Amino acid sequence: MTLNALLFQALNGLSSASGLFFVAVGLSLIFGVSRIINIAHGSLYMLGTYIAYSFATHVGGGLGFWGGIVATAVLVGLIGGLIEILLLRRIYRAPELFQLLATFALVLVINDATLAIWGPEDLFGPRAPGLRGAVELLGRHLPSYDLFLGALGPVVLVILHMILARTRFGRLVRAATQDREMLGALGVNQTLLFTSVFALGAALAGFGGALQVAREPANLATDLTALGDAFVVVVVGGMGSITGAYLAAVIIAEVKAICIGLGTVDFGLFSLNFSKLTLVAEFLVMAVVLIARPYGLLGRAQATVRTIAEPEEPIRPASSSLTASAAVVFALLLALPWLARSSPYLLVLGIDVLIAVIFAVSLHFIAGPGGMHSFGHAAYFGLGAYGAALLVKWCGATMGLALIAAPLVALFGALMFGWFSVRLSGVYLAMLTLAFAQIVWATVFQWEALTGGSNGVIGIWPPPPFDQANTYFWLTLVLAVGAVLSLRRLLFAPFGYAMRAGRDSALRAEAIGIDVKRVHWLAFAIAGAVGGVAGGLFAFAKGSISPETIHVGRSIDGLVMVLLGGIQTLTGPVVGATVFAVLQDTVMRQTEYWRALLGGIILLLVLAFPGGIVGAVMRLVGKARAS
Amino acid sequence: MLTVERLSAWYDAAQILYDLSLEVRRGEVVALMGRNGAGKSTTLKAIMGLVARRRGAVCFNGEDISRRQPYEIARRGLGYTPEDRRIFADLTVMENLDVGRQAPRRFADGAPAPVWTPERLFTLFPNLAEMPHRLGARMSGGEQQMLAVARTLMGNPLLVLLDEPSEGIAPLIVEQMANTIVALKTEGLSILLSEQNIRFARLVSDRVYVLEKGQIRWHGTMAELADNHEVQRAYLTV
Repeated sequence: MTLNALLFQALNGLSSASGLFFVAVGLSLIFGVSRIINIAHGSLYMLGTYIAYSFATHVGGGLGFWGGIVATAVLVGLIGGLIEILLLRRIYRAPELFQLLATFALVLVINDATLAIWGPEDLFGPRAPGLRGAVELLGRHLPSYDLFLGALGPVVLVILHMILARTRFGRLVRAATQDREMLGALGVNQTLLFTSVFALGAALAGFGGALQVAREPANLATDLTALGDAFVVVVVGGMGSITGAYLAAVIIAEVKAICIGLGTVDFGLFSLNFSKLTLVAEFLVMAVVLIARPYGLLGRAQATVRTIAEPEEPIRPASSSLTASAAVVFALLLALPWLARSSPYLLVLGIDVLIAVIFAVSLHFIAGPGGMHSFGHAAYFGLGAYGAALLVKWCGATMGLALIAAPLVALFGALMFGWFSVRLSGVYLAMLTLAFAQIVWATVFQWEALTGGSNGVIGIWPPPPFDQANTYFWLTLVLAVGAVLSLRRLLFAPFGYAMRAGRDSALRAEAIGIDVKRVHWLAFAIAGAVGGVAGGLFAFAKGSISPETIHVGRSIDGLVMVLLGGIQTLTGPVVGATVFAVLQDTVMRQTEYWRALLGGIILLLVLAFPGGIVGAVMRLVGKARAS
Repeated sequence: MLTVERLSAWYDAAQILYDLSLEVRRGEVVALMGRNGAGKSTTLKAIMGLVARRRGAVCFNGEDISRRQPYEIARRGLGYTPEDRRIFADLTVMENLDVGRQAPRRFADGAPAPVWTPERLFTLFPNLAEMPHRLGARMSGGEQQMLAVARTLMGNPLLVLLDEPSEGIAPLIVEQMANTIVALKTEGLSILLSEQNIRFARLVSDRVYVLEKGQIRWHGTMAELADNHEVQRAYLTV
């Protein structure tokens, strides 16, 4: 590769950097003021592309395109304002995990709304009127629109900088980023400030999306890809720093562009196809930056955040009535193969439910009592599933061996990723776990020779006697009960106390001699191993495993299960996983718009039942006893 | 001007204030005194609406403000300077002042309240005049304390809640702070301050409420307290 070609790629990267910057900077501003990670930010970006497409094609011409881009930014800003007023305003005091889930629900709803309005096909917009040509540079043709985009990024950066530095609005935004309560005590109406910041952030995302209409087709998958990119950029740049966001956008876009530019490089002994690295490149950059600078390039450690969420309730040992009902449920489940003789599907559903229970309980172990909100628990499920499946495929291992190996592979991964993750907390931890999960997913997806790529591994059936649904069900039941009870036991052991102490106050826990990071690291590893059990069981239950079963969606499903049941109790994840798995198998398969349905369920949950199902039941029981 | 009746407040499940009643009349400087943990700061926070769970009536300028948000309370002319100052560290002195800015206002009888501008505040706090563009993070404790008071005054308040104005600052600045409070009083402002130091309180206050365990144990004029060694020994000296 010549120097010229590299320079050309670098220039090209600048235009992508602008796109990344527009979506990331809004996310960063919103987080700074409201402390909410807006997962729906990528959806606003996607909406921007679709709306700009409609303007460009229906109005047409220069007005439809350029005017459309401005109109789109305004429109998406209004939508953002509406979201803040209708949803976010109600959950500013909710625990962080609820905020993340509520905005994730918006992702699902917006995606289905877009599907309903614009249809499933990719929509190609027109090219930019006035900038259709190309500029000759370094002996190559660079589209003038790309050049324009590349210049627009720094322009917007400067404008935003001026707004923040020179206007009263900017001063209030910066003050709110540091201490919103004090701002209120000085007579500033934060409601208005929050709404306007959210609208501004949304408008920037919409603007970024709209600008893409001349480069890329409007596509229903851009919400999550744009979100992932924005996450990485914000975290690498440092939360709340707009200059950091631009710097990070440039670094990531350049790394990607150069990976594509390098193509396959021969290192003598082996050759590496760099263009295949693009999927993981940004997450690798993020992992490296977070390890070296935990708060991003230009970010600063969050000064003691004045927490406004309610403190966690302590968990309590099971009451005798709970133990009794658990025994009854267990007995019923043991008898299920006989009870369900007329409808064999019930056993398949039962296996799904039990696997979901193992997965949810293992996630709850670190997310609830551990306080580590992992957004990448699917990684350990995936390591378990692929570990087991590949052992069978390549080594002809027996099922017993494969099921023992599954948690070990997951344990190994969790030990490695957990070591980095427990060094962070809050949203940074959420994002790093997400990044690691993305790396696992991308590796599985792209290492075709080993994993079969997108086709996955097939033909992983259990040998006799487990080839019967009832025996496999019993096996799953035994492992599920074992997982639930042993994790429960751990929580009431000194180790569990230390873990909760570390969650509630890391400083005080360390002062009494608890090595908080070590305890949380071990907890992370244990949860990963148990997640691996679920993965291994899943592979044999389905007979196959593919990359999409371990995608980010599974991590989110796990969180929904935990919250659905109620994160503050130990029965919560079991109930939540059951309800979720049954719903998924029955209701959601009936409708094309299952995402909107799931999103609606989550929103209802967050707004109406913040304690989850078990929390709501306990409140009812408590009220009945009190009266 | 400010009447508090049977005010109770909780942090989580723990009750901090018990049926506390007090009054500040127009133009008066009133001190809340008591040892650490007696509930002085919580009283001021509860009046300002900064304690999530509270009960009781708070009447300011003829209006019940006990159900209002902090920003609404501030906009009715009640200023608040917190104990830990809470300066916006990333903002300069001028920017901190600007954040506190509100429109001029009048007392209930129509008389205008004192109007503050950065220029006027710089004559009141000459130290601040020397560093208009310094970041909050780069200021000493005493300078931050002055800025915190100045920032509150930018809202042109009718009454100021001043939490421990003498705490953690150099003796010279303590004296300056006392002079400032007296100057604010002559401007017509009312002040409710919390204080542990009886010498400082004597310099500035007209009346005193003495707190212990979230309850008012004694109240009277400053002169009465100065002579009442029994109350001082029981509730104030360490």
